[in-house]
Amino acid sequence: MSQKHVLQVFEQYQKARTQFVQTVAELATRPKNIETLQNAGVMSLLRPLLLDVVPTIQQTAVLALGRLANYNDDLAEAVVKGDILPQLVYSLAEQNRFYKKAAAFVLRAVGKHSPQLAQAIVDCGALDTLVICLEDFDPGVKEAVAWALGNIARHNAELSQAVVDAGAVPLLILCIQEPEIALKRIAASVLSDISEHSPELAQTVVDAGAIAHLARMILNPNAKLKRQVLSALGQIAKHSVDLAEMVVEAEIFPVVLTCLKDKDEYVKKNASTLIREIAKHTPELSQLIVNTGGVAAIIDCIGSCKGSIRLPGIMMLGYVAAHSENLAMAVIISKGVPQLSVCLSEEPEDHIKAATAWALGQIGRHTPEHARAVAVTNTLPVLLSLYMSAESSEDLQVKSKKAIKNILQKCTYLPALEPFLYDAPPNILKYVVGQFSKVLPHDSKARRLFVTSGGLKKVQEIKAEPGSLLQEYINSINNCYPEEIVRYYSPGYSDTLLQRVDSYQPVIN
Amino acid sequence: MATLARLQARSAALAQQYYFRNSVVDVFRKKENDAAVKIQSWFRGCQVRAYIRYLNRIATTVQKWWRGYLGRQHCQLIVEITYCAMKMNTYNAMAVRIQRCWRGYRIRKYCFDYVCLKKYLRAVSRTNDSVMEALDEFAEVKEREEREAALQREKKKKDYQARKMHYLLSTKQIPGVYNSPFREEPDPWELRIRQAKPLVCKRPRGQLQRPSSLTSWLGCTSARSFPRSDTLPPISRKQCQGPFRDIAEVLEQRYKPLEPTLRVAEPVNGMKEARAEFRRQEEARNIQDKMFLPFASYHKKEKYIPSVHLSSKCGSSACGCQSFRDENPEKWICGKDFQTVLPSFDLFSTYGKSYSKAGQIL
Repeated sequence: MSQKHVLQVFEQYQKARTQFVQTVAELATRPKNIETLQNAGVMSLLRPLLLDVVPTIQQTAVLALGRLANYNDDLAEAVVKGDILPQLVYSLAEQNRFYKKAAAFVLRAVGKHSPQLAQAIVDCGALDTLVICLEDFDPGVKEAVAWALGNIARHNAELSQAVVDAGAVPLLILCIQEPEIALKRIAASVLSDISEHSPELAQTVVDAGAIAHLARMILNPNAKLKRQVLSALGQIAKHSVDLAEMVVEAEIFPVVLTCLKDKDEYVKKNASTLIREIAKHTPELSQLIVNTGGVAAIIDCIGSCKGSIRLPGIMMLGYVAAHSENLAMAVIISKGVPQLSVCLSEEPEDHIKAATAWALGQIGRHTPEHARAVAVTNTLPVLLSLYMSAESSEDLQVKSKKAIKNILQKCTYLPALEPFLYDAPPNILKYVVGQFSKVLPHDSKARRLFVTSGGLKKVQEIKAEPGSLLQEYINSINNCYPEEIVRYYSPGYSDTLLQRVDSYQPVIN
Repeated sequence: MATLARLQARSAALAQQYYFRNSVVDVFRKKENDAAVKIQSWFRGCQVRAYIRYLNRIATTVQKWWRGYLGRQHCQLIVEITYCAMKMNTYNAMAVRIQRCWRGYRIRKYCFDYVCLKKYLRAVSRTNDSVMEALDEFAEVKEREEREAALQREKKKKDYQARKMHYLLSTKQIPGVYNSPFREEPDPWELRIRQAKPLVCKRPRGQLQRPSSLTSWLGCTSARSFPRSDTLPPISRKQCQGPFRDIAEVLEQRYKPLEPTLRVAEPVNGMKEARAEFRRQEEARNIQDKMFLPFASYHKKEKYIPSVHLSSKCGSSACGCQSFRDENPEKWICGKDFQTVLPSFDLFSTYGKSYSKAGQIL
């Protein structure tokens, strides 16, 4: 045999291996093939190929592994159990950028499934290597590595702390400043994942100077980047007053409102979430938002979208209104109440309705003026029907009851109260009658109207236990009227009159 | 004696009389005695009663004076107390009035200032309007930009299409597909195609990569010196006429790579670089210097230390952003602000300086 023949064997073998890994990588892209591949024992076949002499085969094998691990956590666990990770981590530091990218892809795919798998990655010392790779020149490598770090950090505070301790934060902040949009986006999302878990982690991110860079990117035209940036700022601001103030000090305020007008739904949602997280801390921060016109923008945003996108905006209005009566008044004059009542009636989801009911309750609970503003938009009957409906969730019922109670206790707008006399359950009727008993002694016009509209008659029909609060209220209402009127409207009065007719002896001359 | 005798003579009579009289008296004796006792007792009773009456009168007088004295003293005390209480009530009422006025004034002025609140709310609604206006404008600008970009994309696409279909252009003799002779005007595509440049298809990759021979070097020169456009026709240089050297030889000479001497080729800091390279290799070989620490428990012990610059200790003040030191010139009574700095004391300014005889500073 000549030398050529010998070499031909090797060449054939190499070609076959290449073809094999390429085909497997190709097949792994389709979910329906995965089961078959798994049953065929693809893991044990791919593993030796990771150590192949030909770099292309190595890379393709890693890519195929990544795709498999990406599919479900069983396969990801198989990757971990097969002791592939140390190999990957070792060669992550050595190999070229294509290999690095593919290896980071595997780590990302494994880490995304569960905290245990992410912990396994951390346990084999991948973080240090990944952080070193974050300093790579190639933006593609950085992106893949940042994504892997993000998938590790998003599970819990301990893993995030591990990522932070590996020194990833300053490098991620450098990544944010790179020109590539995709890299910026991933880095921002990793920062968001890290700062989500605890105030200390958020403080670490802030200490590295993330806020200034993030705030600068709010005006970026790329919607996906904006989403991540806003989410990161929101996650930082949610922990404490200090952090929220630092976010505000980055002068995000008139700028972030433009995001509420964005075409992208999630940009809107994240922007509203950011504003909500800032507003919830103190009255001063809420005041700042009100002063910059944030409330009007949020209300406009609520009007322009549907479903869960609205939720943070609705909650933000509730938080602002809960802080003080002036802020609640600011929400009212920004025409927030009609918008909320629209939400209350048109949203199908119970949790959004519950949030809306809560927000309305917060707006209406301060003074009679506030309660009136809520009552005139005709929201009280809607709230009552939500409270009475058997289909509503328990949370919604509790929230709407509380809202009704808060509003009714301040409401002096009698036309809105009157329908409640007829269809409210006793535990709410108490408050309604209480309000009547407070208003009627001082308002002669209302007294007259109360009689003519049949309210007095209804009050006489209410059955109250003697000595109860309700009975006291009824008595004080009755004391506002002459006795004849009260008796006239008492149930059974006509019968007594007829009895008197029966018993009357006519005087015959 | 005679008398005695007389008496003796009479004694019998006397005795008899005595007895008689006694017997007469005996009848009344008891009665009289009782009467006497009665009289005496009455008298004595009167006497004692008079005395007691006297004593009582005296006691009443004494008591009258004493009680009067005590009563007057007590009365004075009561009057004093009442007066004091009345005074206190009046003062309290006055104080309440003053406090009421002041508190009402303060609350209305600083906390629930209705006018201020209205003003604030108006300002808020104004801000809202302007912000909404600005946002609308911003959204509009964005939308316009996007529309323009879409149009641009569309145009680019159509242009490319036109370039691709350039062969459908009508010629003088033959009308093209888009230029139907049965219609008055040609199709817009026709006009577009007229303006477009024909698309020259790129040479396939394999052709470009053919092994470079000496004859293609001329092409290389243009690639090095000038920006080459894709549509430039290939230049094929013919053999020059005349007593010239072979063109390959000339070009080889011209593009001969630089051959520096060993001394020039070697960098000056070769030693340093070699060391750095060695160090780099050393570093690359051991990836992790640190032992792997099970951080889950390791970092629990560590306390988080916030940085000095970024953790604020003071926090937000209770009074909000209101400052109590701002000065309001409108409220000054006199024209200028109160000066807190006292003028300098003359004696001290001259202290320690030398004096002339007249006491003036020299």
